[in-house]
Amino acid sequence: MSGGVNTSAIFRAIFMRDVRLAWSQGGTGTMALSFFLIAVTLFPFGVGPEPQTLARIAAGVIWVVALLACLLSLDRLYQADYEDGSLDDLALSPLGLTGVAAAKILAHWVATILPLVALSPILGMLMNLDAGAYGMLVLSLLVGTPALSLIGSVGAALTVSVRRGGVLMSLLVLPLYVPTLIFGVGAIDAAAGMTDPLPHLAFLGAVTLVALVIGPIASAAALKLSLE
Amino acid sequence: MRAASLSPSFATLYPEIRPLMTADHIPRYNAPALVADGLATTRGGRRVFEGLSFTVSSGELLYLRGPNGSGKSTLLRLIAGYGKAHAGSLMFGDSDWTEASPAFDGAMIYAGHENALKPVLTLRENAAAYTGVMTGQAPDDARLMAGAALFGLTTLLDRPARFFSSGQKHRANLLRFTLLDRPLWLMDEPTVGLDAANRDVLADLMKRHLKAGGMIIAATHDPIGVEGRELALDDFSPKVVIDEDWL
Repeated sequence: MSGGVNTSAIFRAIFMRDVRLAWSQGGTGTMALSFFLIAVTLFPFGVGPEPQTLARIAAGVIWVVALLACLLSLDRLYQADYEDGSLDDLALSPLGLTGVAAAKILAHWVATILPLVALSPILGMLMNLDAGAYGMLVLSLLVGTPALSLIGSVGAALTVSVRRGGVLMSLLVLPLYVPTLIFGVGAIDAAAGMTDPLPHLAFLGAVTLVALVIGPIASAAALKLSLE
Repeated sequence: MRAASLSPSFATLYPEIRPLMTADHIPRYNAPALVADGLATTRGGRRVFEGLSFTVSSGELLYLRGPNGSGKSTLLRLIAGYGKAHAGSLMFGDSDWTEASPAFDGAMIYAGHENALKPVLTLRENAAAYTGVMTGQAPDDARLMAGAALFGLTTLLDRPARFFSSGQKHRANLLRFTLLDRPLWLMDEPTVGLDAANRDVLADLMKRHLKAGGMIIAATHDPIGVEGRELALDDFSPKVVIDEDWL
């Protein structure tokens, strides 16, 4: 009603709201991070402490567990708002549902995934990752994980009104994570094996960019269905 | 709740916030009428109502009446853009709300069955989250204080919403009507769980909104004590019951 709508302020407000909720009591931020740390720590116990074995599977284990930690936290991305009715408010935001989804996805990535990326070198040490691959571990996670949030958001939006929809969401989303996983691990293995990781990184980036275009729009469309 | 019993005479008890409630701080809405023409919608494959037409102009209150399941909430959600009309049109001035989401007009405040409160956030943070989603701004502090005093929530402002009783949660939800200046209010069962004193406060708030040129559409079974027209949704229930094709 007051003429122009300050969309960037609304985007920022929704982003800050979600970051804050993720790191408040019972939020997904702490949960995903602890899951990531504990699950990776289990592998040396499971497969045995031989350094060569661990080094061989290090990249794959860290990526797969990061992916599962992401999935674990995506469950509540829209469902919490759906259950308490604040999704109705978000749908009435002058930002539009696509913008709202984009803000929530960005908040999810920053609050939940970025801490995993930051802590991944420590887990690399635990898994005896090749010394030359640490930089690529962080870089590949930085380039690839936004796709996990973006694609996962679509699955979360589709299953928002389904009770215990987490499992259904995993079935929808996990197959779509395969390209990100392959190229992410490929880049790290290439760096560890002294070959060129750039082609892997380029494909990883391409997947993220495609997800960036589709993610918010598809999420908004799915959310609209759930509001009826 | 101590503050709740103070509510009716809050202006004398909180003199510092009194200026907000005087005439010069009341917004003046110059909003077009909301015109529905031949609306029909379905829910779960069943037609809920059809041929529904009404007009709400500036300063008018429309009560939606009808038994459970007659489509009161469905109509409110339809107006708020949470569903699609299968026939008919809904116009707000030049904006066609059957085509585009009303969200972009920023003209309404909707309060549904759920309280839209985040349990871990305090009432103040919840209020800021609401106005942030709608305008990108935190609520004006004096205004938040005035609204909280109105509904007897002053002492709860800095308490997390998970400690609220269900009545307090409901009042916290109604607080949104005091935080933004929007001409169209959509209220779904606004009186459920309210005690008599707070019902009067709500009635007073609604009267002031109407006087300012606002519009209210309220679905309720209880008398609120505000004069308004009534729309009986039973009159628009489908004449012939046909199983709609599942989409």
